[in-house]
Amino acid sequence: MTTAAPAAATTILPPRRLIARTLGAPGAVAGSIILAVLVFGAIFAPLLSPFDPNATRVCPRLAAPSFTHFFGCDLFGRDIFSRILYGARLSLAVGLLTVAISLVAGTIFGMVIAFLGGRVDRIGVRLLDVMLGFPAIVLAILIVAVLGVGAFNAALAVGISGIPRIARVIRSATLTLVGREFVESARAVGASQTRILRRHLLPNLLPIVIVLGSLDLGGAILSTATLSFLGLGAQPPTSEWGAMLSAGREFMRYAPWTMIFPGLALFLAVMSVNLVGDRLSHVLDPRASGHG
Amino acid sequence: MATLLEVVDLATYYATPGATIRAVDGVSFTLAEGEVLGIVGESGCGKSTLGRTVLRLVEPTGGSIRFLGEDITKLDRRAMVRRRRNMQVVFQDPFGSLNPRHRVGEIVVEPLEVHGIGDARSRAARVSELLVLVGLPPDAAGRYPHEFSGGQRQRIAIARALVLEPKLLIADEPVSALDVSIQSQIINLLAELRVRLGLAMLFISHDLSVIRHVSDRIAVMYLGRIVEIASTAEIFDRPTHPYTQALLSAVPHTDPARRRERILLSGEMPDPAKPPSGCAFHTRCRHAMPRCSNERPALAQRPIEGGSREVACYLY
Repeated sequence: MTTAAPAAATTILPPRRLIARTLGAPGAVAGSIILAVLVFGAIFAPLLSPFDPNATRVCPRLAAPSFTHFFGCDLFGRDIFSRILYGARLSLAVGLLTVAISLVAGTIFGMVIAFLGGRVDRIGVRLLDVMLGFPAIVLAILIVAVLGVGAFNAALAVGISGIPRIARVIRSATLTLVGREFVESARAVGASQTRILRRHLLPNLLPIVIVLGSLDLGGAILSTATLSFLGLGAQPPTSEWGAMLSAGREFMRYAPWTMIFPGLALFLAVMSVNLVGDRLSHVLDPRASGHG
Repeated sequence: MATLLEVVDLATYYATPGATIRAVDGVSFTLAEGEVLGIVGESGCGKSTLGRTVLRLVEPTGGSIRFLGEDITKLDRRAMVRRRRNMQVVFQDPFGSLNPRHRVGEIVVEPLEVHGIGDARSRAARVSELLVLVGLPPDAAGRYPHEFSGGQRQRIAIARALVLEPKLLIADEPVSALDVSIQSQIINLLAELRVRLGLAMLFISHDLSVIRHVSDRIAVMYLGRIVEIASTAEIFDRPTHPYTQALLSAVPHTDPARRRERILLSGEMPDPAKPPSGCAFHTRCRHAMPRCSNERPALAQRPIEGGSREVACYLY
């Protein structure tokens, strides 16, 4: 009786094959292209943007899109196209930082409480339940209220508010790993607790961490933009998509481009990240292996 | 030969909501250096828990474990780590017991790293040596466990267990998850290594024909206790405990003339959370007497026809 290998489910794909399989679906290809364009724009913003994003009166106030000002101009006569490019820098960087905060803290917390078990686990789970009791955005606003406004603090706030969700998933994934015999074998060999956590549990959790991160990135970009929209994130004159949306909303009827283009950028960023994240989770999900 | 392991009155209870499971309940035995003791019993009789408790992967509730003349029951974690060099384990499921994200070389070298033995070069040499010893190609070190079959994976697990040259190997159903054709290969490998390395083993299995092949002595477990313990020949030639007799009668015989009367046990094994009073086996025993449900027979040397036997039964 050969038992089907449940372990083989988390097969190790070499990076090249992982990328190849991730790109095996049209949605993921589209998402990757959009994301690549955005990342390219963000990295080369100084070279690509025709105007200084913060220079005022480079064009008539609220001027409509034209060949010199592709996306039009805002209230202060700043070039929206340039601001969007620089905004991509901020949004993507803040999004990544946010996700990194949630992932690192959430993974360590979830893994350690599950591994130690007993009372530590019970108290840890209660703590997570309390944090999950707040809607994430309310928690983020609360944290910003304590830390003060700013792009970095917004990232920290959204990052912290994302910890409990990650920690919960990682905790349950760790619980199933802790019961596996390779962990017991490591104990039998005499491996220390930290060695078991670092060498045996973490590598097996990594695919889940990657999937959680890629799925959360879109939400993180949106949440930090929301905080900026509410005036709690990036402060003027920093070009940030959420802040731009907020600034443009008074002129939506006369100069819709002040909102359309930042909104579109935000939409494309979140959608592309989600498309790639969904596909990645599909490829890395043990139960989905074999399909494409 | 010198005593390697002496287990006295060992008990392991699991607390579950509403009940205490007595997985191991007062087990005593000794194991000499280089000896193989087979532990046999139905699933749920506590034999795996016994193996894990001896290694202190599960903490004992009571009793003592003397290993190499030293009581290891109360050692702290750090002191215990050093003793682990001499006691290793091979688990049942070779798919679960190898970390899927480690290469075979990393798996086999880990015990050496943990115990700080040798440098990178000597460790690598030792790993190839072990891989060859268990019958795997030396280039297996660079591959991942999922690239191997169940039998080969069990060889990897054996290599990891033996890399520290332990004195005691606990083999917990090492062949039960393997195809029958592969089982004999692994059993023969263990039997060969045991002779070559002078290894003492606690060989845990529910399969009597497997146990018979490797063991010097056999302990029969029922519901957390040893009911009979004797040499392999004695157990097979002349089982005395009614439970041993029933177990043996279930082993198919190749010679029809020697086929034993089949003793069918009625019912399931009792719930270890609510063990029967007296002798735990009396609910299924065909010789049960009134006394059996009131008093528990101790495991002791009892006179049997033409000798004596360590058995826990009032028939003797």
